[in-house]
Amino acid sequence: MTAHMEISLDVNGERVEAHVLPRLNLADFLREHLRLTGTHVGCEHGVCGACTVRVNGEIVRSCLMLAVQSHGASVETIEGLSDSGEIADLQAAFRDRNALQCGFCTPAMLMAAQDLLKQQADPDRERIREHLSGNYCRCTGYQAIIDAIETTARRRMGRKP
Amino acid sequence: MKASAFSYARATSVVNALELLAAHGDKAKVLSGGQSLMPAMNLRLISPELIVDIGEIAELRGIGVRGDVLRIGALTRHVDLLRSPEIAAHAPLLKEAVAHIAHPAIRNRGTLGGSLAHADPASELPACMVALNATIVVSGQAGERRIAAEDFFTGIYETALSAQELLIAVELPVAQKNSKHFFHEFARRHGDYAIAGLAAQAIVQRDVFTDLRMTFFAVGDRPVLAKAARKLVNVALTPAVLSDASTALGDELDPQEDHQASASMRRHLAKVLLARCASALLGRPDLNAGGPV
Repeated sequence: MTAHMEISLDVNGERVEAHVLPRLNLADFLREHLRLTGTHVGCEHGVCGACTVRVNGEIVRSCLMLAVQSHGASVETIEGLSDSGEIADLQAAFRDRNALQCGFCTPAMLMAAQDLLKQQADPDRERIREHLSGNYCRCTGYQAIIDAIETTARRRMGRKP
Repeated sequence: MKASAFSYARATSVVNALELLAAHGDKAKVLSGGQSLMPAMNLRLISPELIVDIGEIAELRGIGVRGDVLRIGALTRHVDLLRSPEIAAHAPLLKEAVAHIAHPAIRNRGTLGGSLAHADPASELPACMVALNATIVVSGQAGERRIAAEDFFTGIYETALSAQELLIAVELPVAQKNSKHFFHEFARRHGDYAIAGLAAQAIVQRDVFTDLRMTFFAVGDRPVLAKAARKLVNVALTPAVLSDASTALGDELDPQEDHQASASMRRHLAKVLLARCASALLGRPDLNAGGPV
């Protein structure tokens, strides 16, 4: 029964069919089978947050989910969010504020930040910190990341009539 | 690391899951949200031969109120508890506690049943179940067993659940009109494992506790329903009474030592929590020797 299993899911809006081993986690499936390497693998036990993706619209740790568990689901990766333009302003704010250095944590930071901004249009800095508490950054010291998210939130509010 | 190889079965119903567990016994492991099981497998702390994925079993979902009993399905995720109006109305302690569990991405997958069956002594939900006097509903081939939360947790990662049984739901008495709750935990960082925590459910009448269930966590091998809290019930609470209860609590607890804290630090923090809880629930700032929450 350790044989390959058939899965069918949506990844960034495209239908994907694949045969995978049960032990394969979603992060490795995205990276190695689909070549979507924007999803990063850090600690592989749910601590660093670098592998954050959206499953059925909600952020999850893709290292703590088996590829077979994503059967029938809709998965969105940083490539999807980036290509659709959904987070273009957030990405620009990260760049402008130097909210990244090595960039390893950045795709997942953007994922988590966008998740927060979808739930709450005008979060204060404490709330931003709390929502990002499961995402490690070893370069920036977080201040610039919080700044970039706060700036994006304000700009988005300003655009509303 | 990556998990070692295993077989995988997607259970289609509780009956189907129980058949799989009966056939494979302790070589199988139940996969719910996977937020504790997957790290353990990735770290090769455990290598089950078979994973029984219960994630698609619809009958294990849902939150419902019948009479004065709140029933919560095992597959209810932490985020569902956080957003549920039924939980906010009938078990507000749970809502408050869930905000302390890990981080948003974890809360989107982790489940109530998974957390209870895993029985990490530092977990919030097992302590809440004991504080709320919950009944854990367990299903096996021989039928259903109903176990008081107090008797369910038997040690570090140990419960009354056998390898052939499945935790299917919990049942809680709905909060009464004059019931109050308190939740607080000390952790290095929001979302980290608690160093010491307290979940409490009380009934207060005319500024006196008529019932007080204080359940401490991360200070023993399982959630500890403090006997010392009885000293605070049906008495006019004075600093002397509180001090007496605090001493009794210190004697009662047997905290473990680890890289986060020594046993004496945990004992101290538990006493601080006791004082803060009594003070907060009675609205008596004069009782709080440990400073503001």
